[in-house]
Amino acid sequence: MERDDLIEYSLDAHHSEEKGVEIRKKIYKVTILLTLVTIVEVVLGAVIKQDASIWPLVKWTFLALTILKAGYIVMVFMHLGDERKWLRYVILVPYFIFILYLIFIALWEATAIKSVLNFFS
Amino acid sequence: MMWFFLVSDALTFGGLLIAYGFTRHDCLEAWPIGEETFNSMPFLGHGYPLVYVALMTFILIISSVTMVLAVEAGHRMDRKGVTKWMIATIIGGFFFVGSQAWEWYHFIHGSEFGKIELADGSVAIVKGHFGEIKNFTVTEAGNHHKKGDIIKEDIMHTFQHAAAAGHITNGIITLHDGSKATITKEKDHELTLIVKKSGKVNKASKAKRRITGAKAEKLYYEALYSGEANRVIYGANLKQNEYGPQQYAQFFFFITGFHGFHVFSGVVINIIICLGVVAGTYHKRGHYEMVEKTGLYWHFVDLVWVFVFTFFYLL
Repeated sequence: MERDDLIEYSLDAHHSEEKGVEIRKKIYKVTILLTLVTIVEVVLGAVIKQDASIWPLVKWTFLALTILKAGYIVMVFMHLGDERKWLRYVILVPYFIFILYLIFIALWEATAIKSVLNFFS
Repeated sequence: MMWFFLVSDALTFGGLLIAYGFTRHDCLEAWPIGEETFNSMPFLGHGYPLVYVALMTFILIISSVTMVLAVEAGHRMDRKGVTKWMIATIIGGFFFVGSQAWEWYHFIHGSEFGKIELADGSVAIVKGHFGEIKNFTVTEAGNHHKKGDIIKEDIMHTFQHAAAAGHITNGIITLHDGSKATITKEKDHELTLIVKKSGKVNKASKAKRRITGAKAEKLYYEALYSGEANRVIYGANLKQNEYGPQQYAQFFFFITGFHGFHVFSGVVINIIICLGVVAGTYHKRGHYEMVEKTGLYWHFVDLVWVFVFTFFYLL
């Protein structure tokens, strides 16, 4: 039986040669960007030691660059950016709520445990 | 459906990395620093902090790009293009898995210096260039070696085992057969101790933790040649490691191992799908949805590595 209420994959699955050229251009751009970000990260890590006073800033830069890279991979390579809006939110929103909560609770608990360990040692 | 699997898998990795952060937050100074731990290159030796792992990251990113190009070719029903880019992706995947195997090998075997417990009870990791051991000259005969024998085989291995077991006292090594020998060794260069756990004298505070020069050499060899067992630890296993707290190696093995397993299964899936492309299965079907699905999985593996790279190596 044919069902017409399902969104068929093949509707989204094809594009023309011209569109292909455009998409490939975008892919190469993102490749260069990701490579540059990785190089910057390694150079920063090699030049600035963790003892340096500027280190906390570098640390946050690393985190920001990581999120940036992850964003490009998910939105462009995994083409979540081109998906229907509701799918995007169904995937991203629950994930972020859960992970942010987990980070918060883990840091909170680790601090508490550390103070207990310090107390007994 | 693929997306929901990926979200659940992302939660698993998120949980693992947060557990890593939790443990690290508890140990702080004692925790190893990526650039001090991973500084080897194939064929070039030590002294290249993070270069190799950056190369691995680059390889994985590139294989992700070739995958997205395969998907794009699929949208144009270009079977040759899909085949070409998928093969490139598979090669990149194998490169990455191989690199990871090399990294593990180095991690398990450890450095030439190891981690040393100094006389005051402090614990330090050691950097620098290890002077080559030339030979052992037997001074007291045992069951196997005679006096005056010069031993040249397998000396580094013997040396490390003897040092860890406390069989070296004041530069005299006791071999397996009970014979004693002197050690002929070239001088080390730029020997630096980095104190990771404070003792009575040496402290792990940021200002004082680096000990260099003649003092470092004296402290190191005093401990290494003390004749006491377990003063030095080489490499890593699940009980102890030369890099830092015990949990560090366990997290390393588990997280990079779990990721490596994902990469390996990704390569296997890619090979299966690639065979389907070559056979024309998807072309007959009228669309390359399967390539797109395995592509999603492959990008996900790359995505996880971006985070592992940051948390294990950079921070």
